[in-house]
Amino acid sequence: MSAVLDDHGHDHGHDDHHHGYSGIMRWITTTNHKDIGTLYLWFSFTMFMVGGVMALVIRAELFTPGLQIVNPDFFNQMTTMHGLIMVFGAIMPAFVGFANWLIPMQIGAPDMAFARMNNWSFWLLPFAGALLIISFFMPGGAPGVGWTMYAPLTVQMGIGMDFTIFAIHILGMSSIMGSINIVTTVLNMRAPGMTLMKMPLFCWTWLITAYLLIASMPVLAGAVTMTLTDRHFGTSFFNAAGGGDPVLYQHIFWFFGHPEVYIIILPAFGVISQIIPAFSRKPLFGYASMVYATASIAILSFIVWAHHMYTVGMPVTGQLFFMYATTLIAVPTAAKMFNWLATMWRGSLTFETPMLFALGFLFLFAIGGFSGLVLALAAVDIQLQDTYYVVAHFHYVMVAGALFTAFAGIYFWLPKWTGRMYNETLGKVHFWLSMIFFNMIFFVQHFLGLAGMPRRIPDYPLQFETWNKISSIGAFGFGLSQLLFLYIVVKAITSGEKAADKQWEGADSLEWTHLPSPAPYHSFETPPVVK
Amino acid sequence: MSQHPTAQGTPAYFIPQPMPWPIMGSVGLFCMALGAIFVFNGMGGGWVSLALGVMIILYMLYRWFGDVIRESETNMYSKKVDMSFRWGMSWFIFSEVMFFAGFFGALFWTRVVSVPDLGSLLHNEILWPGFAAHWPSAGPGFAEKFTPMAAWGLPALNTLLLLSSGVTITIAHWALKENKRGLLNLFMFFTVALGATFLVCQAIEYGHGYSELNLKLSTGVYGSTFYMLTGFHGFHVTLGAIMLTVILARCLAGHFKPDHHFAFEAVAWYWHFVDVVWLGLFIFVYWL
Amino acid sequence: MSMQQVSARKMGRWALAAGLLALAAAGSAHALEWNLQPAATKIAEDIHSLHEYVMALIVVIFFGVFGVMFYSIFAHRKSNGHKAANFHENTTVEIVWTVIPLLILIGIAWPVTKTVIAQKDTSNSDMTIKVTGYQWKWGYDYIKGEGEGISFVSQLATPRDQIEGRAAKGEHYLLEVDNEVVVPVGKKVRILTTAADVIHSWGLNAFGVKQDAIPGFVRDTHFTATKIGTYRGQCVELCGKEHGFMPIVVRVVSAEDYTKWVDGEKKKMAALADDPTKTYTLDELKARGEKTYTANCVACHQATGKGMPPAFPPLDGSKIALGPKDAHILQVLNGKAGTAMAAFGKQLNDTEIAAVVTYERNSWGNKTGEAIQPAEVKALRK
Ligand code: HEA
Ligand code: HEA
Ligand code: HEC
Ligand code: CUA
Ligand SMILES: [Cu+2]
Repeated sequence: MSAVLDDHGHDHGHDDHHHGYSGIMRWITTTNHKDIGTLYLWFSFTMFMVGGVMALVIRAELFTPGLQIVNPDFFNQMTTMHGLIMVFGAIMPAFVGFANWLIPMQIGAPDMAFARMNNWSFWLLPFAGALLIISFFMPGGAPGVGWTMYAPLTVQMGIGMDFTIFAIHILGMSSIMGSINIVTTVLNMRAPGMTLMKMPLFCWTWLITAYLLIASMPVLAGAVTMTLTDRHFGTSFFNAAGGGDPVLYQHIFWFFGHPEVYIIILPAFGVISQIIPAFSRKPLFGYASMVYATASIAILSFIVWAHHMYTVGMPVTGQLFFMYATTLIAVPTAAKMFNWLATMWRGSLTFETPMLFALGFLFLFAIGGFSGLVLALAAVDIQLQDTYYVVAHFHYVMVAGALFTAFAGIYFWLPKWTGRMYNETLGKVHFWLSMIFFNMIFFVQHFLGLAGMPRRIPDYPLQFETWNKISSIGAFGFGLSQLLFLYIVVKAITSGEKAADKQWEGADSLEWTHLPSPAPYHSFETPPVVK
Repeated sequence: MSQHPTAQGTPAYFIPQPMPWPIMGSVGLFCMALGAIFVFNGMGGGWVSLALGVMIILYMLYRWFGDVIRESETNMYSKKVDMSFRWGMSWFIFSEVMFFAGFFGALFWTRVVSVPDLGSLLHNEILWPGFAAHWPSAGPGFAEKFTPMAAWGLPALNTLLLLSSGVTITIAHWALKENKRGLLNLFMFFTVALGATFLVCQAIEYGHGYSELNLKLSTGVYGSTFYMLTGFHGFHVTLGAIMLTVILARCLAGHFKPDHHFAFEAVAWYWHFVDVVWLGLFIFVYWL
Repeated sequence: MSMQQVSARKMGRWALAAGLLALAAAGSAHALEWNLQPAATKIAEDIHSLHEYVMALIVVIFFGVFGVMFYSIFAHRKSNGHKAANFHENTTVEIVWTVIPLLILIGIAWPVTKTVIAQKDTSNSDMTIKVTGYQWKWGYDYIKGEGEGISFVSQLATPRDQIEGRAAKGEHYLLEVDNEVVVPVGKKVRILTTAADVIHSWGLNAFGVKQDAIPGFVRDTHFTATKIGTYRGQCVELCGKEHGFMPIVVRVVSAEDYTKWVDGEKKKMAALADDPTKTYTLDELKARGEKTYTANCVACHQATGKGMPPAFPPLDGSKIALGPKDAHILQVLNGKAGTAMAAFGKQLNDTEIAAVVTYERNSWGNKTGEAIQPAEVKALRK
């Protein structure tokens, strides 16, 4: 490929200085979807560590009542940055990493549609991450406003808030460019014969996710921009005295925020839809209905946002509308669950690590979905809004949902990516440790929430002590278990056994059937023919 | 990576080689962000960093687009690549639409919900005695007097300007396809001129608002929505006008072919988008 | 619904058993709370039974769905020699399992609707209390019904020593306030919420009530307590650094006790009422000012007057506290827009502001020797 380009380069007489980069510059300038996918995944893991350490600070402070380790201000900064870093730094980039690695291989394309923009999408992230981290070292520290950044608390914050706002702008640019790339790749770069309805489901979920991102990220950018001008230029968007409204911020934020949670989970659904058939040795059940269900979830996700705002004092019709719309989302989700079960049904099941994580996902995501359903009921949510019940809910869907799926996906595709196998026994240990400690952290938080413990507090009344202790112990156990994951991955990359081209008997997408392990630098020299 | 020759002999896929412009863009944005933060908070050094960032970005854009234009003019883009560009531009414009939707949402919310709410009986009793809801409004805490911007002066003229520029660019496009280069150049010039005139009018209008109407960014939520919406629109018109100028220059340099001129079309789409947003503004911000 | 309630209780017992095990592990001595607090209003009771009803359904679905999954895991494993079938579609089945959840959801959402409507119906209340959220305390004004005119500020009564581990924690750690809200049993109380600075949220689990307090707006909710007792809650919307420390305590009393409380409260207010025209001595002002300072300012500016720079500036040696007194008074009256420094003019009366300013100008290293009189504050109010 580059040979072809070099000719053109010379035509124009300028020394082809951007050719043949090596060392660090290779990674900085790369336009290869696999390199970029790798960068995304490592960045994501790093951010997961950073955000995880913040979670540990939170859990350590909450181990016993009273203030021991951090002051309340710093605690709020931890909560805020934990949420932001995990969502924007760890989970979203992880799945963009998967998209980069897999979509070209799965649709039979040589690379992403816009390879250079792809590089930029990634290389914006470290800078946005840096802005978030630098804010800790500014006078007043990072903002202590929660990842939702509700006005007018944001207006009170110091300079750290501005760092966060600009970080969000840059993260948004990255997501939008990444998504445009994915949509275009999926729509325009498929190999001959690869019709949309033949694509692996992972590509479908990303196509729809990318649409959600393009539609919602700019709205978030608008919201934080209004915060910025309210802070510095005397605008009154969120100030009642000037005719604005703090609740307006919440509407705009959640118009982004609710699609955002499906942005997090839909690619995960895609990964699960690849793994379960592979280990059931049976085609995915209900492929078409999976596609329709995913699309319905995406469409519905734009009309349910105010279920985060039942306590702001909406008119009763508003509450009812959002309650009905929200519960409706469980219908396509149910279809998905049942399709996965039907895929397993009468299959020929084996339980390697990816499958274990996928089953863990099914089990725990259902719990998270059910608690979501409880929260959707406006009358009941009045008791639970802004309590630890909500914290439990969203960690079930985001940690056991998205993060477990990311683990499953890494174990599943690592042989294809690196040409080497991980240690199956250690993988299973990692799964069981994660499973046990995860539930220890978050299951008890349901009880805390029901009993009324508010979230985002550094200290709590005595009756909440026991559950908090269990939760904190679980958090440290869970954190340590992730070091095992790091070890397994590094070990596999450096000295794992050689993997087969089709490492998993039941895997049937192009990357397994048409490409060797490890996959070559440029995926498809010639487009595969898809029947 | 081998190529799949298409009818014209151009490889179907285009895989560019590594290049440093993206990272340069990131560094530039980072400097701009730092600079802006420092300026907003009255700290030293902000302007320097901001200016540095802008310069880096401009250089990056110049080089990156330079590469792309060269590749395009040397026939390295196949129909397939052209199609990718089209998808890419359409989704980009969609994201811009959503960005404006956020601000329009704020406008509707304040007009339809928050201002009437603040003027309701309960709020009069408890918090804001004597505040009567009406639009335009700068809210119950705004004591000074201001005059709202009238629709049927400059703004109406601006509508006319932008709409005509939509027509001229369409004529230019038609001329390009018919390979009538003289007409193309002329109408591209008209388009740029109309865009520039719009910006001048807008600047005059802002001056009028600030100096005579006491209508400022800080004039409650009316001022906020007015200036943010029209301001972001104006910013987009500025970008559009710059892009149009580049396209004009490229037309004059003999770029584009009747069947191969994606950049021209992308800018035209963008211009139409800016146009449509203006119509929304004219109706909801100025007129109704 | 009784069937479901039974199964929900059963589930509860399981959870309790699991919890007890965990309790032994954690070795703590406190009673385990694992469900909603005991209901003290009709609405809270409704919420309880709705929750149990939904939980029961969910548990049933959960066991159904995962029963199938585990059956498959055991019966259809390759190690058992199970061969994979090859079906991958069945429109009838797919329609069925779309329609059934839909029906279940209607069955869930329908009964909730009634409670939602009841929760929002604030009409025909017997009395109205306005609740104002401040960083970080609650202001209460009884504005309609028996007790009209009563007004006080309620804030955390737990001493800092307990919070910072220098003293043993009391029974109602973090859930105790200096002035409790008192309401009569069986009367419909309408709560109007608003806030002075940022969003707070006034919630009481036992009442099934939670309503955000939004600066510049008034929102309402209501409750009719059915049981005499003391009920405790906390601010439930992140409102800055002391968000965890602004509890809500409501004491529900009998009608007679309520009347007594109202009388007592009225007398107390009359005795406390400050005469804004009086002239005080420097020492009187400093003593009074110290109290006001401790109640309102320490959270940010600290008892030492050193603040927590740079977010919260020191007052000790501050230019404003040592400069012209009008600027100082104005700062306290009007606050500083865009910072955490609130306008205290609405919360404190002239005497209190005069006192706290005097205190600040004559404490720590500040020694201006000036005594600010209430009349001077009054003159600066607009
Ligand atoms: C990956 C992210 C993710 C996902 C997938 C979901 C999924 C859902 N969420 Fe969640 N949610 C969050 C992330 C997510 N959420 C976050 C981050 C917050 C808090 C934000 C903050 O405040 O900081 C939140 C908060 C939140 C609230 C607001 C709570 C509050 O603040 O008071 C509500 C209320 O309605 C809600 C509802 C739901 C519902 C109904 C679903 C549904 O999609 C769930 C559907 C799934 C199932 C129902 C289970 C599986 C189905 C079956 C086994 C079939 C049979 C089922 C039936 C027939 C019922 N969520
Ligand atoms: C997908 C996103 C994601 C993920 C993965 C997590 C992961 C975790 N979260 Fe997260 N969380 C959020 C998203 C996420 N969270 C969001 C959005 C909020 C809301 C924020 C807000 O209110 O604004 C939140 C809030 C939140 C709270 C409530 C805070 C509060 O209200 O004040 C708590 C408390 O327990 C918590 C705990 C945890 C824990 C223990 C983990 C664990 O899973 C983390 C495990 C990882 C590690 C521990 C790091 C890896 C290990 C090492 C680096 C080795 C060192 C380890 C040891 C020495 C033990 N989270
Ligand atoms: C919520 C936190 C908070 C509380 C409570 C608070 N302040 Fe402040 N105060 C601030 C902040 C923040 C500033 C800095 C404002 C600025 O940036 O100019 C400030 C500034 C001041 C200043 C000016 C100091 C200087 O030199 O700039 C004075 C005087 C002052 N406060 C008095 C008080 C008094 C009196 C009270 C109690 C009645 C009080 N404050 C309560 C946060 C608070
Ligand atoms: Cu007040 Cu939280
Ligand atoms: Cu949601």
